[in-house]
Amino acid sequence: MIIGLEHYLAVAAILFTIGVFGIFVNRKNIIVILMSVELMLLAVNINLVAFSVYLGNLTGQIFAMFVLTVAAAEAAVGLAILVTFFRNRGDIAVDDASMMKG
Amino acid sequence: MALQAIAFYLMALVTLAAGFCVVSARNPVHSVLWLILAFFSAAGLFVLMGAEFLAMLLVVVYVGAVAVLFLFVVMMLDVDFTALRQGFARYMPLGLVIAGFLAAEMVLVSATVAGRGAAADAKGPAASGADAALSNAEAIGRVLYTDYVYFFQAAGLVLLVAMIGAIVLTLRHKPGVKRQIIMNQVLRTPKTGMRVTDLKPGEGIGE
Repeated sequence: MIIGLEHYLAVAAILFTIGVFGIFVNRKNIIVILMSVELMLLAVNINLVAFSVYLGNLTGQIFAMFVLTVAAAEAAVGLAILVTFFRNRGDIAVDDASMMKG
Repeated sequence: MALQAIAFYLMALVTLAAGFCVVSARNPVHSVLWLILAFFSAAGLFVLMGAEFLAMLLVVVYVGAVAVLFLFVVMMLDVDFTALRQGFARYMPLGLVIAGFLAAEMVLVSATVAGRGAAADAKGPAASGADAALSNAEAIGRVLYTDYVYFFQAAGLVLLVAMIGAIVLTLRHKPGVKRQIIMNQVLRTPKTGMRVTDLKPGEGIGE
């Protein structure tokens, strides 16, 4: 049994779907939403690396590195916003956060 | 080849199971730990494909920095997490339906794409790579620091902005805490810093 490109693509697709599912079912828990976003970015990375390796073109891996950078920055800023939000409101329930609605 | 298939299926299964546990765990701390497992087995998949540098980067950046950051925040916030799970069962059926369709579509598309176009004559990880003598890290470095050097600098800028943003967002000055103000210290002159008092015998300095 030879492991081909489509195997990795299938894993990435299912992982991405798990991330979408996680955002759906954990609508109130923003920490788990952020983790689901990380899962989705991981799935994207698997896709990029799989195509890069199977097509023999390194650009995909470079791009995966940049995705990794942006994911790290996003996690840092997101969690900082979360900490500030918690300090101001005392909880992290995001579904009734409408202070900025004007 | 059989060993490779076994390793692939094992790590793919662990990645997906851990990913599912991330979104369905009751306790966010457990979610973070499952996330770490998912990242580790995804790094294993990268190694299997021959992208060792990305695999190590995944372990260092995600497990070492991002997951630990999540762990810190989850443990630092004093939140009743059971209240945040309300609606989990309510959104579950809709989420499952949409996720099922999405997964089926994407798997179908990837199965089709893999068999045509440029991907059809994919040589596979063993035959790919321009130069077999080059290690994966060296090959990436040769491309990254030449063709993509501006993008590399831009990535550094993104990280700098994220760092400054995170510090600015979370920094706070508590009122009532005495701090050292260097400028005031430096600007002190003998005139403001000391006074000459004429003491009479038998008296102290009346404060």
